[in-house]
Amino acid sequence: MSASEPTSQPAGGRPAGAWKPFALTLPALVLLAAVIGYPLLTIVLRSLSEPEWGVQNYAWFFGAPVNLTVLQRTFTISAWVTLVCIVSAYPYAYLMTAVGPRVRLVLVLCVLIPFWVSGVVRTLSWVILLQDSGVINSLLRSVGFSGVRLIRTQTGVVIGMAQVLLPFMILPLYSVMKGIDLRLMRAAESLGARPSRAFFTVYLPLSLPGVYAGAIIVFILALGFYITPALLGGPRSTMLSTLVQSQVLSLLQWGRGGAMGVVLLAATFLLLALAAPVMRSRHREAGRR
Amino acid sequence: MEMKPLTRVLLGLVCLLVAIWLVAPTLVVVPMSFNANKSLAFPPQGFSWQWYQNFATSPDWSTSFLNSLKVASIVAVLATVLGTLAAFGLDRMKARPANLLRMLMLTPMVVPGVVLAIGIYAVYLDTKLVGTLLGFVLAHTILALPFVLIAVSANLEVFDRRLETAAASLGAGALTTFRTVTLPLILPGILSGLLFAFATSFDEIVVSLFITNPYLKTLPVQIFASITRDADPTVAAVGTILLFATTILIGGGMLLLGRERKGRL
Repeated sequence: MSASEPTSQPAGGRPAGAWKPFALTLPALVLLAAVIGYPLLTIVLRSLSEPEWGVQNYAWFFGAPVNLTVLQRTFTISAWVTLVCIVSAYPYAYLMTAVGPRVRLVLVLCVLIPFWVSGVVRTLSWVILLQDSGVINSLLRSVGFSGVRLIRTQTGVVIGMAQVLLPFMILPLYSVMKGIDLRLMRAAESLGARPSRAFFTVYLPLSLPGVYAGAIIVFILALGFYITPALLGGPRSTMLSTLVQSQVLSLLQWGRGGAMGVVLLAATFLLLALAAPVMRSRHREAGRR
Repeated sequence: MEMKPLTRVLLGLVCLLVAIWLVAPTLVVVPMSFNANKSLAFPPQGFSWQWYQNFATSPDWSTSFLNSLKVASIVAVLATVLGTLAAFGLDRMKARPANLLRMLMLTPMVVPGVVLAIGIYAVYLDTKLVGTLLGFVLAHTILALPFVLIAVSANLEVFDRRLETAAASLGAGALTTFRTVTLPLILPGILSGLLFAFATSFDEIVVSLFITNPYLKTLPVQIFASITRDADPTVAAVGTILLFATTILIGGGMLLLGRERKGRL
């Protein structure tokens, strides 16, 4: 890393003024403070001051069983989405490392194609696929099954969200798996380990940093999902974001909506803070190979 | 790794299913967009171009499309300039403050969309920025900034700074060095940052839903409104057009890049 070379100097060989690099970041920082910092501060203040100063909005949030149900559901749905992503991304990322460059290109394209279409359009696609008269139900009926209810259910929300977030699991997994030395597996097998045992004792532990990294990104992004649950879900799959939106836009309860938003924000940053040391130590372990 | 044939077949099958799951939602809009009926039920009935005509002629759709193009173009330029400057600054800073500032600048990626949206909405209500071009540009720029920062930083990390010293030792001024040495070498990062910034703005929905008003709507807002209002296949037509346009853009870009670095990936 060039930043760690204490002797390096900027172009021209003149000694670096310490303010110069900082000045370059200043425009971005000012915009950041104005469009992220100030608005978030506003929300925190409103949650504590509307209608009057105090923690009443937080007391209301944690006192109402309905809110706690939604909070719990938000975490449950995110956990399911993360689990579905791990289970489906793991074999996929592994296959990406095991095939030739041509097949790999196709596999990479399949991961990137979802990004080609606008996110809102993709949610519409899921409505088309999941609805009662949709693709999945038509297929099921044509082979003799009775239809299943997918749209406006928690299952539908999980299917749609996991598809949106799957690339965020596949890519870190792939980048970790790519670096695993397959000779280690052969060594284990030559020492008498069955392939399954070699996988569980050698390959799986080495790939875990990728699983952690992907799981944290997916879980955190899932917590804040708004569009997919709003369009695919029903009243029984409402997530926290929808609740925040309705408090603010429909009920004009800035204090309560703000308090919910702060809870969501706090949960996100808490998870990030908890995850950071784990990820760092995993990283070091993986680097020690 | 040696695998039993059965394991191999199972693995291939699972991955095929995952690939279909990934790609199907992208493709399903194409047949729906030619539906003769005003319905999103599958399978589509008949064939017609009417939803494409509707997209081109209905002011709701064409205006919002042009708005999105306008906002995204400004955002792409603004975010790329700010992000590139910041990436340079961070690259030339001591590691500790640089890491701290970098984390700060990446926060827009992890703050839940709705939380950010109500915050920005609150501030915009006070400053009368709701439904204005400036309002959209500012909000989208901050959301696009992390992508530019990541793309340019990745490029700067592999950039050999001794090249600048060499240029300077041969008598080039700071500006000439930047224009003839640094810029051409990090241009791929800047360009991909530009593309990401454009795409981020063009696609942004959550914050846009809050700061929009009847006078200024972007395409995703119009799409969202259309989905929640009725089953209008025009959305499918828009999706198909976007898919087609992106495919051409990315396909062209990959051909260009592929010629440069064959065999890697």
